[in-house]
Amino acid sequence: MTGITTGFGAWNPIAWLLLFLGVVAGALFLRRFGNKQYKKNTGQTKVFLSGNEEPEASALHVRGAHLYWGFVDGLSAYYRRVRALHTGLLSDYVALFVGTLGVVLIVLVLSR
Amino acid sequence: MNALLHHAPVLLVAVPLLGAFAVPLVGKLGSGLRRFFVGLIALLTTAIAGYLAASFYAAGASPIVYVLGGRLSLPSGMVAPIRIMFELDGLSVFMMLITALAALAAVLYTSSFWKERSGATLKDSLMLLLIVGIFGMEMTGDLFNFFVFLEITSIAACSLVGFRVWNGRSQEAAFKVMTLYTLSGLFVLLAVGLLYGQYGGLNIAYLATMIGSGAALVDKIALGLLLTGLAMKAGAVPMHMWAPDAYGEAPGAASILLVANSQASLYGLFRVLFTLYGSAYSPQSLAWILIGLAVLTIIVGVTMALVQRDLKRLIAFGAVSQIGYMMLAVGVGFAAMTALQPSDFGFVALQGGLFHMINDAACIGLLFLAAGIVIRRAGTRDLQGMGGIAHDLKWTTAFFMLGAFALAGMPPLNGFASKLMIYESTFRLSPVLAIVAILASILLLAVFLRAFQAAFLGPRTEPTDVMRPVPISMLVSMGLLALVVVAFGLFPGFFVDRIVTPAAQALWSGRDAYIQAVMSGMGG
Repeated sequence: MTGITTGFGAWNPIAWLLLFLGVVAGALFLRRFGNKQYKKNTGQTKVFLSGNEEPEASALHVRGAHLYWGFVDGLSAYYRRVRALHTGLLSDYVALFVGTLGVVLIVLVLSR
Repeated sequence: MNALLHHAPVLLVAVPLLGAFAVPLVGKLGSGLRRFFVGLIALLTTAIAGYLAASFYAAGASPIVYVLGGRLSLPSGMVAPIRIMFELDGLSVFMMLITALAALAAVLYTSSFWKERSGATLKDSLMLLLIVGIFGMEMTGDLFNFFVFLEITSIAACSLVGFRVWNGRSQEAAFKVMTLYTLSGLFVLLAVGLLYGQYGGLNIAYLATMIGSGAALVDKIALGLLLTGLAMKAGAVPMHMWAPDAYGEAPGAASILLVANSQASLYGLFRVLFTLYGSAYSPQSLAWILIGLAVLTIIVGVTMALVQRDLKRLIAFGAVSQIGYMMLAVGVGFAAMTALQPSDFGFVALQGGLFHMINDAACIGLLFLAAGIVIRRAGTRDLQGMGGIAHDLKWTTAFFMLGAFALAGMPPLNGFASKLMIYESTFRLSPVLAIVAILASILLLAVFLRAFQAAFLGPRTEPTDVMRPVPISMLVSMGLLALVVVAFGLFPGFFVDRIVTPAAQALWSGRDAYIQAVMSGMGG
């Protein structure tokens, strides 16, 4: 009732959930052996930034546009082309629509 | 009561239709009464859909034919059938359940969202009309009626997109959507006209028997028009440009109905490919057209989502990419079914694709609804200007996270179950396609982590909205979708066996049963 078979394998979320809970319990168990002798609110618990002072939380928040800039920059050639297609012009939208129809019709008419 | 329930198929269209036209009158009596009335209509419609589905599955999932009208005898002795025919097989009922879920969630959500704004009466009417059109598309057994319902959805959807008349961007988006929807409708109408001219009938089952003798050039042109027109309305790349504009500008509750509308177009496409043409004309090239469009849709959808700064456009591109997964699965199923030696993995692909439709409706719906609250709270749609929403809107945060993880295919949520079926069946056809689908899913997770990090984490920003706390009806609406996400994720076997498999069977091997049921219904 819970699982599914894919013809290639199977998936049972309840079994996965039980395993996940087991792993979490194991992690918490191991955590009990950790060192509790550290001093709170001292250098021992602060984020280490090459010896520099930790900035305020508001200065640390990475804004939406800045995440993955490296990834996007690496794919800049691809994005240049794809963004160029998204002109926002209705005539371009219609051209793509009609062009797709043309390609589909050619393939279908030539198919047996 | 039994006699009334016998008419459930037509009531499913008639109740929201009458509701749509009665809303302006009820609205004159007060906004509270109007909201109660619209909620009642939505509940009644959902109850009818639930009753229809329960009776359908209890009767062994055999197609149900409902005929409204009769035969007209002319003085010349000629007898002509004048009637509207609804037909429900596993696929129609499955789609009907998706629409009922989206409709209930949208109406519940919107009752609070627009409480203090003007134009709420018109918005309620348009939403009910959109629901009418979607249900009609999913139930009709007639190609021309399909076009009529398609047009109803187009008019209602365009109006909802441009509903915020004070916003120039909404007007621009509505104009673009209106033009493209009109063009799509014309393609479908032209195809219907070609088939009518060729065979003198409009009934899908009748046309299927006629095309059964082999596809002529006209049939192929009609198929191309139907395929392109419906794929455009579903949001397939490269015809997807309207989708981010429409989803982005429509009110939050309308966005979830637009998702259901896109899925209804996808349903129309599947109905045309598997039932109208089916074994009569099913070249492998057709499957590869679907797969090609699907791969483009997945890649472009997810990569464009990654660079969006507007939260709703980001979700919209995510929604576009998910249409690609559905098309990929059904394309793989079609390729396997029409191969010289049909393979069983094709059936799993169809199950996966259809299962993903209901999962997508719940996940994307959840994201759009949560985004509506976030945007209102932050006063901007720009992720760059958001932050710290999680400090104040804990339930909304949880719902957004749930929807994002599920859509990206994180176990044990519903998106994982359907995507696993798609990956594994696609792998049997082409490992490269499966790898592309998996990588795109990972990228989608990155997209939503970015949106979540930008909007919900970090220090508080100044709230611009007075709406606090979030109204209970909005939380109930999102809770309903979250329940589907979790339940379908934890018990996928239960739902796949009961509602997805009959839908997949309707595509895989149900063509003859569909034709038989409808043709015998025509004689009655």
